[in-house]
Amino acid sequence: MINDIIAWLTDSAHRDDIVQRLLEHLQYVLLATVIAAGVAIPAGMWVGHTGRGKFAVVNISGFARAIPTLGLLFFIVLWLGPSLSGDLAFLLPSLIVLVVLAIPPILAGTYAGIDEVDPAARDAARGMGMRGWQVLFKVEVPCALPLIFSGLRSALLQVVATATIAATVGLGGLGRFLIDGLAVRDYPQMASGAVLVAALALVIDLVAAVVQRFAVSRGVTGRFRTRRARVAVGSTAESPATAESPATTTVGTAH
Amino acid sequence: MIRFESVTKEFPDGTVAVDALSLTAPTGKITVLVGPSGCGKTTSLRMINRMIEPTGGRILIDDRDTSTIDAAELRRGIGYVIQHAGLFPHRTILANITTVPLLLGWDKARATSHALELMDRVGLPQSFAKRYPSQLSGGQQQRVGVARALAADPPVMLMDEPFSAVDPIVREQLQDEFLRLQEEIGTTIVFVTHDIDEAIKLGDQVAVLRVGGRLAQLAAPEELLSRPVDDFVADFVGRDRGYRTLGFRTAPFPTSSEPTVRLGASAADARGVTDDPWVLVLDDDDHPVGWVERERLDGTVTRDALHRGGTVASTDGPLRQALDAALSAPSGRGVIVGPDGVFVGTVRARDLIEPIEASAARERAASSADASGDEAGEGAGEGIVVAEPKAL
Repeated sequence: MINDIIAWLTDSAHRDDIVQRLLEHLQYVLLATVIAAGVAIPAGMWVGHTGRGKFAVVNISGFARAIPTLGLLFFIVLWLGPSLSGDLAFLLPSLIVLVVLAIPPILAGTYAGIDEVDPAARDAARGMGMRGWQVLFKVEVPCALPLIFSGLRSALLQVVATATIAATVGLGGLGRFLIDGLAVRDYPQMASGAVLVAALALVIDLVAAVVQRFAVSRGVTGRFRTRRARVAVGSTAESPATAESPATTTVGTAH
Repeated sequence: MIRFESVTKEFPDGTVAVDALSLTAPTGKITVLVGPSGCGKTTSLRMINRMIEPTGGRILIDDRDTSTIDAAELRRGIGYVIQHAGLFPHRTILANITTVPLLLGWDKARATSHALELMDRVGLPQSFAKRYPSQLSGGQQQRVGVARALAADPPVMLMDEPFSAVDPIVREQLQDEFLRLQEEIGTTIVFVTHDIDEAIKLGDQVAVLRVGGRLAQLAAPEELLSRPVDDFVADFVGRDRGYRTLGFRTAPFPTSSEPTVRLGASAADARGVTDDPWVLVLDDDDHPVGWVERERLDGTVTRDALHRGGTVASTDGPLRQALDAALSAPSGRGVIVGPDGVFVGTVRARDLIEPIEASAARERAASSADASGDEAGEGAGEGIVVAEPKAL
């Protein structure tokens, strides 16, 4: 079976197809996630900052997770399809479904991240004369970034996996290999499609992890390089510092 | 100067946190608000920078009604230190300290150099500039909190239990350094604490608040100890009031000469200088280091052989210090040093009683127009004007 998959993936006859489907898939994923983030991050910020609408956030997140994705897709296609033309009749419903799927984790992550900012830091920020938006963008958001990223990454993974359903309504993406393979009982093609989805998910998560590494302050992650570690690893800049190891550069005992 | 004019805060649920509070925090002085929990001391403090809006009365800073100033602008001109420091975890120490100057539009170089200078002043090594708050201990974080509050040279500083979350030893150290710093900068400070000892130690004046946000007494610490206005204040101020008052009184007292040996002297030297079982040891700079017991000495006088119980008092220090030195010395003779730390002599507890009584009498005379000047007259020396004796 594994040999069949390797054979299928390395068959030069499939190369153009694989690249095209990957790009289509990536396009759905990025489009859906960007739209979802555009809705969920500001909403989460507002709720986290003002403390208003917490109840709604918790319930919307739970409710949206329970929606059957495939059912929603067919419903929207039947409902909106007749009034749209061409590819849009299927693309828009697919995107809506993926956006609905991606919003809850991003919304919950953003809200939780901002809600959990140390109240003393928030109080100090206000007390030092920051205005509301300055408190939000200079203090709350930077401190909330780890949870915002975790929401985004979880949304990306779900969307990568679920974007395969676009193929069920005739669109492209890696789902094509699953649907088409099933139609002609070409199991190596189906399995290869699944492997490609998994590989894409891993790559995207890796990229997101790297972005997060550079976007989030070391002060928040507690990722401090100790003098000893620095000596030990020489000039290997990437080596993650061990925050737990007894820090030689930090002074005092309390952390 | 900060003036409360019958300031009231009633929360929407009907609780009155502060009730018609009127008091003045004089320029350049430390005013401490102290009281049990629920007395509205933090609420009062937070109304000064409008973190909480009063529901009645006015608060004026240098005769400007704070309610007429934009809240954010107002706060940028007021230093703010809170209990857990509230440092921004994602910013370096330097970036934390430069927060307000940058909000005020200072250029970065000026803000940075001023921040580094402040780190020096609050006792933080400049190598900490690039560290993050989580790499610092609680006491160090609180120093950053103070430096951050002072970064834009605010004329007024508010401190809400700034030292209560650190351990007692660090707390005392921070308090001492804070007093030293205040001597240099002379900021108008309003300080909230629940700890009466901290209030008495730090305050130029202390406002005791009772539950429900009413002012019970506003007085200098010494007066609070010697003349609490009612049972509540007396209870709150606590025991040993008479003894603690000595912490504010100075008076000249006699010292006796004392045979001493130096560190490193032989046991025979130590036995030679006196017949007393205890011998005082000085270091090469004539600073006292401790007592040794003659009989137990063998070999030379080393630091390990020293008795550590005795405290040291200064000739210009409060009487409490001198009495404590006498009571804590194993020999019964309190070690007294000059302002420069050089050994002057020793004093016995019995020799302190007379100066203590004289100073108490002087105090009574000075504070009461009806006081008889008889007792006060004999001890009055240092520029205290004694009222003419008057028949009762």
